[in-house]
Formats: sequence, structure tokens, C-alpha cells
Amino acid sequence: MGILEVKGINKRFGGLQALGDVNLSVEENTVHAIIGPNGAGKSTLLNVLVGKLIPDSGSVMFDGQSVLGRKPHEINQMGISRVFQTPEIFSDLTVFENVMIPCFAKRDGAFRMHAISSVMSEKGIRAQAEEILADVNMLEKRDVVTSSLSRGDKRRLEMAMCLVQDPKLLLLDEPTAGMARADTENTINLLKEIRTKRGITMAIIEHDMNVVFSLAERITVLAQGTPLVEDIPENIKGHPKVREAYLGEAQV
Amino acid sequence: MLGLEKKDFRLLLIVIGLTLFAPFILNPFPAGSELAQFNAGYPDLMQRFVIFGIFAIGFNILFGLTGYLSFGHAAFLGVGSYSAVWMFKLLSMNVLPAIILSVIISGLFALVIGFVSLRRSGIYFSILTLAFAQMSFALAYSVLTPITGGETGLQLALDDPRVLGAAQTASGNIPVPALFGLEMRSSYEMSVGAWTFTFNAGYYLAALIMVLSFYLAIRIFRSPFGMMLRAIKSNQTRMSYTGLNARPYTLAAFVISGMYAGLAGGLMASMDPLAGAERMQWTASGEVVLMTILGGAGTLIGPVLGAGMIKYFENIFSKINSQILHDWFGFLPDGLEDFVVTLIYPFVGKGWHLTLGIVFMLVVIFLPGGLVQGGQKIAAAFRRKKSEKASSGATKPAE
Repeated sequence: MGILEVKGINKRFGGLQALGDVNLSVEENTVHAIIGPNGAGKSTLLNVLVGKLIPDSGSVMFDGQSVLGRKPHEINQMGISRVFQTPEIFSDLTVFENVMIPCFAKRDGAFRMHAISSVMSEKGIRAQAEEILADVNMLEKRDVVTSSLSRGDKRRLEMAMCLVQDPKLLLLDEPTAGMARADTENTINLLKEIRTKRGITMAIIEHDMNVVFSLAERITVLAQGTPLVEDIPENIKGHPKVREAYLGEAQV
Repeated sequence: MLGLEKKDFRLLLIVIGLTLFAPFILNPFPAGSELAQFNAGYPDLMQRFVIFGIFAIGFNILFGLTGYLSFGHAAFLGVGSYSAVWMFKLLSMNVLPAIILSVIISGLFALVIGFVSLRRSGIYFSILTLAFAQMSFALAYSVLTPITGGETGLQLALDDPRVLGAAQTASGNIPVPALFGLEMRSSYEMSVGAWTFTFNAGYYLAALIMVLSFYLAIRIFRSPFGMMLRAIKSNQTRMSYTGLNARPYTLAAFVISGMYAGLAGGLMASMDPLAGAERMQWTASGEVVLMTILGGAGTLIGPVLGAGMIKYFENIFSKINSQILHDWFGFLPDGLEDFVVTLIYPFVGKGWHLTLGIVFMLVVIFLPGGLVQGGQKIAAAFRRKKSEKASSGATKPAE
């Protein structure tokens, strides 16, 4: 029984069957990659997992509780964090404020009215934020307003914001999309480090096969809204069905 | 100090100093002189400065922090005024219960309107608040006449119950609002040479409340709650994927700013115990938007500056008529004098809106951060000059 259990998910957009009877099981303490050609339904699946889309049928269980019908912030409070394709950060705020906010969310829940106390007097939160910034090597940029960060730094910051919440499951939506070679390598190394240091369970959607095969411990291949195969990376590489799905798309 | 950082504490001290010495600062010209018309140090206007300051400070907590632009905040001001006048009619002429009730009622009103309006964001939110405010205005103007006095407005009468006070004074007049016997309209005039300075009880009460409101606003700005509000303005998607529910945060901000508006309305009625529906009209809502943007949305002191500037224009600039212009330009040859006066006339007196509009346009285009940004730019330029002077003596690095 995995930490995330997806059973029989169907989702239609008008005449298009985006997801058809998707089953997926993410085991605790693994990196599970979901790959597939364009339009395979990867993003739709991810949006179902985080509560942005409600499927027509099926069930999604996380840590023994149903995810369906819950709002994104409730699902996050259950322990699922998400990294976006283009980093979603608070771009008008400083780096330090950006990581303090998830600390508050973790400690105080979805809403708490502390309108009179000063942010600066929250020593525990500040220490936590400093620690995670040191972890991702961004401590010297703590007072920078994040809109002026480089793309790579934004990605690292977003990662730090997710990690500081100590999630049970980290969802990554094409974390290296549109990145230069060097940045991609950096991201892979960062993710590997997170994996070994913190042992966080990850589900990753990715196009870049280099990223997938250097990180994933299990791979699910989606095509036309249905899972084709699920296996360890070594067996996926030469799988005939996967070749067929990807024909002309990438070298597998 | 007082739980504030050094910089904020200094700002608070400046505001306290300005409000305390406003009767001097606003009356720089001798009473009999030609420039005396530019003196703004009379009670009525000084009260308006601080009351609209409170209104704008509260509006800024919503708009400046969360970015939700409410176009109906005057409704809360109006509700506050009506509540206060009803308190004068039913309970007593003491301003304290009146002000407290106006804050509570407008807070409840804001809770209802905010709950509905905050289901949408952006322009739809603005339109919803505008619609609510206009509905309130229309109701107050017509259907609710028994409560609001309709067209004539809500006024005190000699036969009001006033259970804790006297229905009328010994001489048979309607009593005036007071704080435990201290009448709001009572003033002390001080003459120093040709200058006359007026110290008004109502002004100082309103100023004290404004300083407290300002202090509270600083605390909110620097609190975790304030940071969450800025986060909402910045990125709502990340907000919800961080496990935070934006709705209660925005609703809390909306209610707080509605209570500020109600406080301003209650104070307004305390200075002059009548309330009319026009206080709720959309032009009044638009005015507070202008004040906040003109001064600098999202800054602490900006809204207060904006409120002061607009009220100064409205009351002082609008008094310049063609006769005064002719006096000023009397030294010019006749033809030229007429020409200059004709040129300037549309921008002053009744045309003060035109000048305000131009100032507003210039600020929005060149100083998107409002007057505060202008002040910062000037300060930065001075600092640069100073450091240039300091470094000009030293050896210049080879470039």
C-alpha cells in the first residue's frame, strides 16, 4: 500500500478523454516518475492530485485519507507540496519572507490572526527559515526581493519553500523545463541531495529523459490518458510499448 | 519601542509631532495678511484632515496590502455616521459610545459585504463593492428614510429620547456632542503677534484617535498577518499551495478597513452631528482611492499625506477666485494681466478638480509609488550629492 493510491480516475474535457481509468501507486520513500508524450494527461493527473481539478470518477487516497473534494490548501496541509513548471513564488517579497510564510503555514494552519505580534519577534520561525536557506545556499540573498532572482535561484527558493514544510510527498511538475544544461544539472544534484538527506517521497513529471533516469526509482508511462507500464527504470528503457508511444518523440 | 522597530517608531513620532503642532504648522501666515486664505489651521478643516487620514489608513490596509481595490468603502463611512447620530439621538451626546457603536456596526456591515464580494477578485471584486455601496446609498436615500432621514439626512431633534442625557439644554437648544462634558466644538484661541492659532477639542480627540489608528496600522503591517496579506497580493496560487486559505485573510483585512472607515464616519458625526446619504455615494468611495494612490498605496504614511493633500485642495485651493488672481497679477500690464488670469482661472477656484486631476496623472505616471516615492527620490538625490561632495576631495579611482 503506497502513500498515494490513485484508483480508476476518469476525467473528460468535453469530447476529450484526458484521463481514462488511471491507477497509480506511489510507495513511501521512493522517487516515482510519470512520463509520457505530450497530451498524455500528465498535467491533468497532477492537477487532480493537488485538488485543482475534480475527476469524474475514481478515488485518490493519500496517507489513508481521500484527497478528492478538498481545496488545494487543505491538501497541502495533509502533507503534499508542489513545485511548479515555472516557479511560483511571492515575487514582491524578500527571499527570507518567502520561506517564512510556509513556516507559519506549517505551524499555524490555514488561517491564524496574529495581527499585532511582529514578524521579527518570531524567533523559532526565523531560525527555521535561516536553516533552510543555508541548506539551499541562499542565505546571503535573504533580503533580496525575489522578482530580481535568476531562474535557477527562483527554482531553488521554491524548492526550499516546499521543503521547509517537511512534506510527506513532493510533487514536481517538469522542474527543469526550459532550463539551460548547467541549470538542469544543478537541479538534478539538488534533488538528489534532498533525496539522500531528507528521504522525501517524490512524484515527478518530466520530459527530459536524462533527468528521469538519473532520479527515478520507479517509472509510470502514460499515453493518451492511460498508464501503459509501470516498472523500474532499467526495464522501461527498452520496453517495446514505451518505444511505440514515444516514436519520434525522444530516444528511449 | 512600543513593539516597533526604530524606523517605524521614528515615523510614529513624526506623525505625533505633526498632529500635535498642526494648529501652528497649518497657520503659517498672519491672520490679516493677504496669504491668510492659505491658512488651513481652522478646526473644521483640521478635523477633516485627520478623519480622512483615518479613512485612508484603513483603506490602505485592504488595498495597499492585499491589492483588493474596494470601490465601496464610503458605505462603511456612511454607516458609521448614521450609527453615531442614532447614538446621539437615543443614548446621550457623549461621543465615546457613538464612536464605539459606529465601529461595531460598520464592522458587521463589512463582514456581510466582504463575505459576498470576496468570492471574486480583481475588477469583479471592485464592481461588487461598488454595487453594494450604491445600493446602500439608494436605500439610505429612499426606502430607509425612517432610519436615515432620506434626502434631508439624519439630524438631531429636540424631542429625541437621549435616555442617559438631556433631550435639550436648559436654554431649550439641542445639546452638542461632547466627551464627558468637553464639547467638541470648544476651542482655545492663542494670539501671538499677528498670528492666531486655534486649538480645538474635537480636532485633538480626532488626532489622538488617528495616531492610535496609525500605530495599529504599523503593527498590522509588520505582523505575520500583514505579511500574509502581502503574500496574497503577490501570488495567490503559491499561497494556496503553501497550505494557506486566502479567504479568511482577505475577509479579516476587509473588515478591519471597514471598521476604520466606520470610525472615521463616527468621528465625522461627532464633530458635526448629522449624517447624509451622500456620504455613501461612489464619489466618496473614489475619493479615498485617490487619496491612497496619490500618497502611495502600501506605504504607511502615504495615505495620510494623500488625504491631507486632497482635503487641502478641496478647501483652500478652491477658494482662489478671479478677484484674487487679479490682485496677484495686478503688477502686469492690463492686457497681459487679463491673459494670464484667463489662462490660470480654469485651474483654480471651482476648477480645483482639474488641477487635482493633473497632479494625480503626473503622480501615477512618474511616481507610481505616490508622494512617498517622490519624497524618497528627493532624499536619495540629496544623499548622492552629499556623498559626491565627501568623495570629491579624495583621490578618484582610475577608470
